[in-house]
Amino acid sequence: MSVVEIKDVGKTFEGGTTALEGIELAIGEREFVSLIGPSGCGKSTLLRIVGDLIRPTAGTVRVNGKPAPQARADRDYGIVFQDAVLYDWRTVARNISLPLELARWNRRRRTGRVQEMLRLVELGGFESHYPWQLSGGMQQRVSIARALSFDPALLLMDEPFGALDEMTRERMNLELLRIWEASGSTIVFVTHSIAEAVFLSTRVVVMSPRPGRISDVIEIDLQQPRTAATREEPRFFELVTRVREALHLGSDLDRKLAAPAAEAQP
Amino acid sequence: MATIAAEPRADRRRAAFVRSAAARIGMLVLVLAVLWGFWEGYRWLWIREGWTWPFVVDSTTMPHIHDILAALFRKPTSGTGDILLVQLLHATWFTAKEALVGFALGATFGFLLGVALSEWRLLQRGLLPYVVSSQTVPILAVAPIVVVYLGSLHVAPWFSVAVIASYLTFFPVTINTLRGLQSTDRRALELMRSYAAGRVSVLWKLRIPAALPYIFSALKVSATASIVGAIIGEAPSSIQEGLGGFIVNFNQYYSLNPENLWATNLMAALLGIAFFVAVVIVETIVVRRAPENVA
Repeated sequence: MSVVEIKDVGKTFEGGTTALEGIELAIGEREFVSLIGPSGCGKSTLLRIVGDLIRPTAGTVRVNGKPAPQARADRDYGIVFQDAVLYDWRTVARNISLPLELARWNRRRRTGRVQEMLRLVELGGFESHYPWQLSGGMQQRVSIARALSFDPALLLMDEPFGALDEMTRERMNLELLRIWEASGSTIVFVTHSIAEAVFLSTRVVVMSPRPGRISDVIEIDLQQPRTAATREEPRFFELVTRVREALHLGSDLDRKLAAPAAEAQP
Repeated sequence: MATIAAEPRADRRRAAFVRSAAARIGMLVLVLAVLWGFWEGYRWLWIREGWTWPFVVDSTTMPHIHDILAALFRKPTSGTGDILLVQLLHATWFTAKEALVGFALGATFGFLLGVALSEWRLLQRGLLPYVVSSQTVPILAVAPIVVVYLGSLHVAPWFSVAVIASYLTFFPVTINTLRGLQSTDRRALELMRSYAAGRVSVLWKLRIPAALPYIFSALKVSATASIVGAIIGEAPSSIQEGLGGFIVNFNQYYSLNPENLWATNLMAALLGIAFFVAVVIVETIVVRRAPENVA
């Protein structure tokens, strides 16, 4: 059974902008799927539709076999944004336990799970720190721990490492793969970075703008588990090139830029 | 990794605290000395040159500061026969009680009204204009009405004054609570939505804690306004024991003993500062924020 099933989804915003059109995608259990595309291709919009943070204007989304609103009500997914969105007035431990409080877990269970999560994201000893006392990478790890704390089947990530420097980002990528391995969840990951998408994913969904649609789906057959050395394999570069070409084919801007050059040729 | 995991040692922290406290006290003394210098310097210059603009300076309009302080330790002709300082301390305590109850009433009502206005858009559209216009009615016009109404219910007069003070204090709290509750981060709200959080949970676990810095700025304004309200409210209630009573009384004898009124004003100002500082202290305990976000 697919964890996520997207059928003919479209989204037209008030004012007439068509953000998405005719999106078809099925995501299986334990998959790691990246959505990649230029700004305005609707990848974040698609992620939000899957999470029922906004409603599509056409088509249906099912998560765990249920309509998206039901899946949200059942807390079937956790979400991580580009900013960690931690609550300043709560300690690290209390930030992680927020969804557990809302799900009415009792205090003892909450404390146990928070400790487990802190170990998972390797932040043991930081439970009573406040968010502003942590670095950006650590904050994002807290945010991941919070999203996974109630053990959702699906993890939605909207450019989670976009605000981090390159070094931290590569380390966080490895961390995320380890967490994915350990937690056994399915991940949908929005990114701008081709290398990041290839390195992390089992499949890369390439999107193109105006209106946002899926222009290509590329299987990433790199060996699991992936390590820092994966980034240096020839196959990695081949796949990066494939994704890059798929992106450029799908982009209007590139077609327009390419056109005058072609005309200039005698 | 930019953490402050390594806490400075306790004794070093204490030394730093003592240093900063000493610096603050030093600054306070310096500011007071400069203000004293300005007052006496202005006075001296204007009297020597015989300048009359913007007003004539003499011992009635600008008494010496040491005369004002000395007046605190003399027995005035009116009152209980104690020295002025003791009488004023009693009056300050009395007014402080009215102001504190008024502040508590106003802050509570203002906060609840702010929450209600933010939760029900229709209520906001219908009610907010009247909340705003309530503040255009002068407190001096409202005060006698409150005194008459509550007096007919046999409520203690000082409580009427507290109600008058609350009329001044609720408004900033309502407006800032509303503003604070509506400026919650969009992502934080989406996060709550993703957890399928109910309306009460969103309010209690996100909107209100996020609004606290706004609410505390309002409480700082309200704390001092409550004292103004209490002093003004004492006149129509014919209360003699508070600072308002002393001000009215000393105002009548101003040409004879201007120092008495100045001394009373000094006590009222000190009470205002005490209220303000109390709110700031509570804020530092309650509001947990990144240091750069503390107003």
